[in-house]
Amino acid sequence: MEIKKQHIVLKTEQLSIGYKSKKEETVIASNINIELQQGELVGLVGANGIGKSTLLRTLTKVQQPLSGHISMDSKSIDSFSNLELAKSLSLVLTEHSFSKNLTVFELIALGRQPYTNWIGNLTEDDKTVVSRVMEDTSIKELQHKKCFELSDGQLQKVMIARALAQDTALIILDEPTTHLDMYHKAYILNLLKTLANKTNKTILFSSHEIDLAIQLCNKLIVMSNSEVISGTPKELINMGSFDTLFPKDLIVFDNDSGSFKVKK
Amino acid sequence: MQETKTYKKQFVILSLVLLVFFFANISLGSVSIPLKSIFGSIFGNNIENNSWQYIIQDYRLPKAFTAILVGSGLGISGLLMQTLFKNPLAGPFVLGISSGASLGVALVIMGASTFGGFLSTILVSQWSLVIAASIGSFLVLLAVVMVSVRVRDTMAILIIGLMFGSITAAIVSVLSYFTSAEQLQQYIFWGFGSLGNLSWSELGVLSLVYLIGLLISIYAIKQLNTLLLGENYAKSLGLDIKKSRLIIIVATSLLAGTITAFAGPIAFIGLAIPHLTRQVFKTSNHKVLLPAVFLYGAIVMLICDSIAQLPMSDYTLPINAITSIVGAPVVIWLLIRQRKMMF
Repeated sequence: MEIKKQHIVLKTEQLSIGYKSKKEETVIASNINIELQQGELVGLVGANGIGKSTLLRTLTKVQQPLSGHISMDSKSIDSFSNLELAKSLSLVLTEHSFSKNLTVFELIALGRQPYTNWIGNLTEDDKTVVSRVMEDTSIKELQHKKCFELSDGQLQKVMIARALAQDTALIILDEPTTHLDMYHKAYILNLLKTLANKTNKTILFSSHEIDLAIQLCNKLIVMSNSEVISGTPKELINMGSFDTLFPKDLIVFDNDSGSFKVKK
Repeated sequence: MQETKTYKKQFVILSLVLLVFFFANISLGSVSIPLKSIFGSIFGNNIENNSWQYIIQDYRLPKAFTAILVGSGLGISGLLMQTLFKNPLAGPFVLGISSGASLGVALVIMGASTFGGFLSTILVSQWSLVIAASIGSFLVLLAVVMVSVRVRDTMAILIIGLMFGSITAAIVSVLSYFTSAEQLQQYIFWGFGSLGNLSWSELGVLSLVYLIGLLISIYAIKQLNTLLLGENYAKSLGLDIKKSRLIIIVATSLLAGTITAFAGPIAFIGLAIPHLTRQVFKTSNHKVLLPAVFLYGAIVMLICDSIAQLPMSDYTLPINAITSIVGAPVVIWLLIRQRKMMF
């Protein structure tokens, strides 16, 4: 266990998330207190519809919190301009509505946009960054391919490389393992782990791969109906947090193997 | 974005092709003029035949320049629309932008008569046509954008564009019911589309507004490239989506609006040219596409105009018929090859 106090990249205090309409507030989760430290791989798990996406949307300033406070690098995220936020936080989304006519290199290079000049010319530095992130994600040989030629797994690596090229302290991924086979699910999450270690960036992702997340993450955020708690996988297992995730009629959490088993 | 390939060779070849078609366009027409006299006239030497001089300098030359502006301008506005709406079938004609401009022009030409003689002389000036057409296309475009924010389906946006087109067409027909035959005729001739009716001073007005639209488009290149990632990614890269959208809409309205005001609603060029360009250049990078679309648009329009002149005959076909004959098959071909339909 690391003792030394690391730099805190993202912190929420008494955060309450949900939707506000003119008449009423719909609270999805409240009393969320999380701290993400530099170089940590953090998994966000919870059942469908529990509010994982809402939490991520709130953390990325797409949606306003109902109450509470979010800070990045000890500054409130409200004080960030669009461009400042783009230099501190990058995203990998589930939507794939971008132009597939782009080459892998072009798409990753778009991650450098917050740093390029008015017409978007790449400097030598930008090109070095793009080339480095392609090596980090081992997609160098794909660089001249068009995105429509790629498999789902390759495309996910490209999107991760694009986020890396944005060179931010925090990368947030929304369900990066959907549509992937078992091997590629493990591959992508393991890649995130390696990247967090190597680049010292904080990586937060939401996922349904609870057993993989338990094995790979430094920290997990578990969302259940009653509360949102975070801790190391070991702490959470000991606290029995995973038992509260799902209704207990079909699957139960097995503390020894760290995974869910179907009831027999 | 970096050009992973260099496109220098293609650009040089295209520029030469443009030059060739420019001169070919000037030398073709109902009166055959020897090539030597044509060059002589263009480069300022006095040539022996005065009527030739007149034909070249006051008819064919402005017409060729108009063709270049119209083709490139419509092509670029089509490119901007296809990226903004993330829809390969978007274009100034399809989205009802040309109809918006038509409505503006119709209001000026036909509506002016209802205000009486004094106002009509003020209203039907070059600038009022330009302003009315640009405002008309801007308003229609704004309406389409506003609807498209709510309706995410890309095909629905096209249908909405068509509906706006129908509404404006309906208003135009109501207007034409109350207008005099003369003005109706003026409007209908305008609707056929024509590149040859511009005087040098009108061409000056067109060029000026065109240039502003073009400069704004160049300024928007980086934003257009960011938008290729989709709005959510673009936002995460620090792009102010609302501002970019407005910039792109203004550029499109200026380009498509003025061109429509002067040359009539010209179909399919704005839709087909960006696709032809992507087929050849195989990139979505606007830094390459914008100049390439400029060249292709200009070349194709010069060719269409040369065909419309029906060389060696006295007839001139409406330019709109020619662009539709060229453009409509391109759209059908694109629809059949769905997979290649990318923005």
